Amino acid sequence: MLAIIASATLLGVDGRQVSVEVHVCPGLPCFNIVGLPDTACREARDRVRAALSSTGIRWPQRRITVNLAPSGVRKNGAGLDLAVAIGVLVAHGDLPASAVAGTGFLGELGLDGSLRRIPGMVPLVEALVADTVVVPAGCGSEAGLVGRLQVREVRTLAELVGALRGEASWPDPPRHDQVSLPPLEPDLADVRGQPVARLALEVAAAGGHHLLLVGPPGAGKTMLARRLPGLLPDLERSEALEATRVHSAAGLPLPPGGLVYRPPLRAPHHGASAVSLIGGGTTWMRPGEISLATRGVLFMDELAEFARPVLDALRQPLEEGVVRVCRARAAVCYPAHFLLVGAMNPCPCGEGGPPGACRCSEAIRERYGRRLSGPLLDRFDLRLDVARPDAGQLLSGPPGEPTATVAARVAQARGLALARGVSCNAQLPGWSLDETAALGRDASAMLESGLRSGTLSARGLQRVRRVARTLADLGGREGPLDEGDVCLALQLRAQPERLGAVA
Amino acid sequence: MTRARQALGAAGEDLAAAWYESRGYEVLARNWRCRDGELDLVLRRGPTIVFCEVKARSSLAFGSPLEAVTPRKCRRIRRLAAAWLDQAGRGAPELRFDVAAVLDGHVEVVEAAF
Repeated sequence: MLAIIASATLLGVDGRQVSVEVHVCPGLPCFNIVGLPDTACREARDRVRAALSSTGIRWPQRRITVNLAPSGVRKNGAGLDLAVAIGVLVAHGDLPASAVAGTGFLGELGLDGSLRRIPGMVPLVEALVADTVVVPAGCGSEAGLVGRLQVREVRTLAELVGALRGEASWPDPPRHDQVSLPPLEPDLADVRGQPVARLALEVAAAGGHHLLLVGPPGAGKTMLARRLPGLLPDLERSEALEATRVHSAAGLPLPPGGLVYRPPLRAPHHGASAVSLIGGGTTWMRPGEISLATRGVLFMDELAEFARPVLDALRQPLEEGVVRVCRARAAVCYPAHFLLVGAMNPCPCGEGGPPGACRCSEAIRERYGRRLSGPLLDRFDLRLDVARPDAGQLLSGPPGEPTATVAARVAQARGLALARGVSCNAQLPGWSLDETAALGRDASAMLESGLRSGTLSARGLQRVRRVARTLADLGGREGPLDEGDVCLALQLRAQPERLGAVA
Repeated sequence: MTRARQALGAAGEDLAAAWYESRGYEVLARNWRCRDGELDLVLRRGPTIVFCEVKARSSLAFGSPLEAVTPRKCRRIRRLAAAWLDQAGRGAPELRFDVAAVLDGHVEVVEAAF
């Protein structure tokens, strides 16, 4: 007898529909799984068998063949356990086929018959072709985000079998505490002094411009960068779903309610490998840090300490907002719309700055500066020196503007960008700049001199215009860009060779 | 092997043979031995020659009798069958491998088990 059960498997951050076909026929008792299962998936044999016997269901003494269709797609993880178990029960006649029609099953089985949660609930449920989905307890809110299907949460196989046979009612979904605490994001008011860096942070948040902070240890680079996500507005529903899908696929804990609605902050250590940053892996295509930071901030502290190939791997995702990871087995596309914030010291000893403070020779400093390739540096629209704040400001200065005030201006500026058809000014297409970021006469003259003297490239010109547009938006200035905004934009984009020279 | 277990096995084979005979099979050999091992039952009905492995258990404590026939044992029985056909000088138009599970005097035969 044959049973076909709907389920899904994960490839990268996308789900793939899988039909679990179970065939039970007379013959020597055996249990085989075919259809390209990986090791964890093949081990479903032992888990399913033990789970059924713990549930008090006799294992059929027959020849059982499980096929995971489509057979050509590699299946990974233990998420198909539940579908296999239900398939065996239906094919053996322990459950009526009508009870499982139109229902998808997702979940890993414990040997005691309990259901365990699996990563990637959001993309998996999206991929299902069914009206109802049964998921392990605790995954309901995640599965419910898709909205298309009725979600049933169950704790154990026994509960599920009882409900499918109609002997018991479906268990009530476990209650969630709806009072979700506001996420604790550090406040910008903690930062004393640093007017230029604060402005750069605000511009980065408002325009989505990548930001590079260079300065000696203790200047507050990390403190500033960690306050950037707080300035960003809540994610739109589609953006939130995109971020949630990635977090779900990577198995990260999701916030209460299941939706990642605040921009995430990812801060990988500088020992990170290229694969951990970009995504991939041999057995399981795991999304990398840049994808986990999608719609949020990727903060790379000690940027110059990252391996150079790792840094250069960021170039393509920075331009395209997606990253295509290709392996012999599969090619997957992960989202990577992140705001990059880099922080680094001007030289190995860290001091940089005024002559005498730095212990590094000229050659060493130059070599340190070259650790960032030109093309990568070019992608930072905002590059600035961060000096240690004055003693006076630190001890007795007034607290800075709080996050809420700045975030309100950022939201307003982002609203203007939305009216131009992009989510932030950094995404303004080059061809539209003449219209959206027209130049006043003085501003035009200033940029022309920059272009003629070679300090500004054609790509740099576009980037400066976008930053100037953001500055004007923040200041509430409409129409063509004036000299002040362009001048400030140029200054916020310090020339690489001059970074760290003046502190 | 203890005397009790030998007796259990022999009784199982008797029951299985009786099961086949009542369905019109002719017993060609019982406990046919060669260097590699033993075939429990060799039977014939019409053009079909059946090699049957009899597995008797007194309880389910160590799993069902059917599960005790492992893939390795199946391969061995196939080899023995070839040896038997060879010495018997028969080519056979049709071969079948069965497993008879005997539990508490009750016989369950899985035809064409492997």
